[in-house]
Amino acid sequence: MTSHNQEEINTNLKIFIAEIIKQDRPDSHLITVLHKAQELNGYLSREIMDLVSQEMNIPTSTIWGVATFYHYFKLNPVGKYNISVCMGTACYVKGGSEVLTAVKEELGIEIGQTTEDLLFSLHEARCIGACGLAPVAMINDKIYGELTPKKIIDIINNLKKEDESKQIP
Amino acid sequence: MSTIKVFINDKEYTVESDITIMQACDTIGIKIPRLCYHPKLAISSGCRICIVEVEGMRNFVASCSYPVNEGMKIHTNTDEIRKARKDILELILDNHPKDCNACVRDEVCELQQLASTIGLRERKFEGVKREKYVDDSSPSIVNNHEKCILCGRCVKVCAQIQNISAIDYANRGFNTVIVPAFNDKIANSICTLCGQCVNVCPTAALTEKNYTQDVFKILNDKTKIKVAQVAPSVRVAIGEAFGIPAGSNMEREIAHALKLLGFDYVFDSQFSADLTIMEEANEFLERLNGKGKLPMITSCSSGWMKAMEQFHPDLIDNVSTCKSPMSMMSSIVKSYFADKIGKKSTDIINVAIMCCVAKKYEAQRPELAMEDGAHATDYVITTRELAWMIKSAGIDFKNLKGQDFDAPLGLSTGAATIFGVTGGVMEAAIRTAYELATNKPLENIDITSVRGNEGIKEGSIEINGQEIRVAVASGLGNAHKLLEAAKKDPNKYHFIEIMACPGGCIGGGGQPYAGIRDLPFDPKLVNERAKALYKADELNKIRRSHENPAIIKLYEDFLGKPLGEKSHKYLHTHYKQKFPKGIIRKSKEK
Repeated sequence: MTSHNQEEINTNLKIFIAEIIKQDRPDSHLITVLHKAQELNGYLSREIMDLVSQEMNIPTSTIWGVATFYHYFKLNPVGKYNISVCMGTACYVKGGSEVLTAVKEELGIEIGQTTEDLLFSLHEARCIGACGLAPVAMINDKIYGELTPKKIIDIINNLKKEDESKQIP
Repeated sequence: MSTIKVFINDKEYTVESDITIMQACDTIGIKIPRLCYHPKLAISSGCRICIVEVEGMRNFVASCSYPVNEGMKIHTNTDEIRKARKDILELILDNHPKDCNACVRDEVCELQQLASTIGLRERKFEGVKREKYVDDSSPSIVNNHEKCILCGRCVKVCAQIQNISAIDYANRGFNTVIVPAFNDKIANSICTLCGQCVNVCPTAALTEKNYTQDVFKILNDKTKIKVAQVAPSVRVAIGEAFGIPAGSNMEREIAHALKLLGFDYVFDSQFSADLTIMEEANEFLERLNGKGKLPMITSCSSGWMKAMEQFHPDLIDNVSTCKSPMSMMSSIVKSYFADKIGKKSTDIINVAIMCCVAKKYEAQRPELAMEDGAHATDYVITTRELAWMIKSAGIDFKNLKGQDFDAPLGLSTGAATIFGVTGGVMEAAIRTAYELATNKPLENIDITSVRGNEGIKEGSIEINGQEIRVAVASGLGNAHKLLEAAKKDPNKYHFIEIMACPGGCIGGGGQPYAGIRDLPFDPKLVNERAKALYKADELNKIRRSHENPAIIKLYEDFLGKPLGEKSHKYLHTHYKQKFPKGIIRKSKEK
């Protein structure tokens, strides 16, 4: 996640677009620009897509079509901790879905959603290549293996505590 | 142009070398079934209905995109092809509702007719149905996802012809839908409500918002005075819905049918078209004398007005303040005419029969309301809706004797008739502006430079020694192009006419659906309608708006003079920027 303010994000994105549309067939770089926008902003907000539309002279309906087509693009803000529970075959048979249910119940959100305090979001993953540790989940870049519903709830609670202690100066 | 030999169904033919298999078959009189294809839109070969067999090819090919080659052996109607086409259509229909006889497009549905042509007589698959989602947020257009087969013609016409791109595919796989950006409702989007998507939709996924039941109800209300008005282009198109050849002028039959339906007065929007010209020609001459901005741009087309407010807000001061003929008529009926018959404006219900779906939106604009806040125009129904009402009431339209429009708001000139075709408003305005400015008769009143179905036209005329340069665009894509040029060089034109629909009102979004043997917005069809309007102009004894005796009397009795105080109150309006702001795709430079 980025700690830049919105103005800075917009400026950086505009600079990126200005550079890229100098190339041939500028429209063909829409996906690259949306990747950059998501990298800078965390997700594709309506305001960000409007900005891309204005800067690239591409209709918002086209941008919306691309953004909703690709699974990679996120249309809602992503939490500080992005939890991806693996639903690949190995994790699934070792109880991945119980782990997923536990997270849903603990955080009160469904797949693709983010908690109101913007701390956690939840996604499904399709095999992240750590089948030996099944069932696994990824939280941001870190892999947690041999999970049980209790273990994942403990991890979540630890992250909450960690976050609280950081906020107290 | 070089030619080649091909074999179609084992017979040898000589065809042009640079065409597709479908075009080659068209030229020899074989119409291959088709669905997503349209000659004016980019080819996507998405639906696969038009497949044919080409000897030596491993798979069937889509004839809409596959070019012919020397010696190519094509088969269009083998058992295998017929079966494959049937399977493809069945898969398309698989998640389409089976409620044909309760559907607004029953009998005029392209998909239904295609199923009949292909010979589908049984539905073998029972697929998951699309989720029912109806966007009826706008007063003009309804989007029903359940009926959509994702052929994409609406997306293409909106992007490629109109250059608006209000809608596009969203999501993926089975969840794919055609929606405005951000899944917004049509009413909150950049959609200009021109209705060209409705014209090309093969099903009932995109339709006009239907007000026929409301109008039937009002017609049975004995306490109200029911007043109808009919747009010029309705009369030359409605016959098509009854199997009457395109380009037949049915104005007398329409007037008769409306009386039979129960309207108390049947007036003609052509009367108020003459009135528009009186105001607009005078407004133009004022601007020419330094009072106001040039170029002046016409304001009759409701789709264009919404497009202007969302795509060209910088042109607001250039647009004529004249209301459209429809709104002028409604406002005169509820003021001048109400007085004349000793009624209050609230006793009157105005129903406008238009070729247009955007007019439904215009009718609800708050700035066009009467003093008491009620809409000047109560209901707008399209040519299609009127045709259905006539059928539904059991009126034998073809065999009606016909009658005249009612006086005094039913009398019109030839200048008003041609409002229905691109260039017509300009031509009518020039006829009057010239004579008002010079006090001399215009010798040749057929101003041919602004006639014809080209998207952009230019012309010029000398008024009192000054060269007046005019331009005309129809279709919003062409309008964007013309206005781009006009913005670059503000002195290039003095007067610009814009119509949102290709061909003008005769190609409007509310005109009868083309049958399976015609094309949606078929240029041939539009030409026939245009010819009929020019013919009516020619046959009219009065061809200049300012010579309409009923108009002259209206100014004497009520309005005073053009651009006067009363005119401003009843006949003029104002505009303001609307959001979201649309972006205009630059025309591709080659």
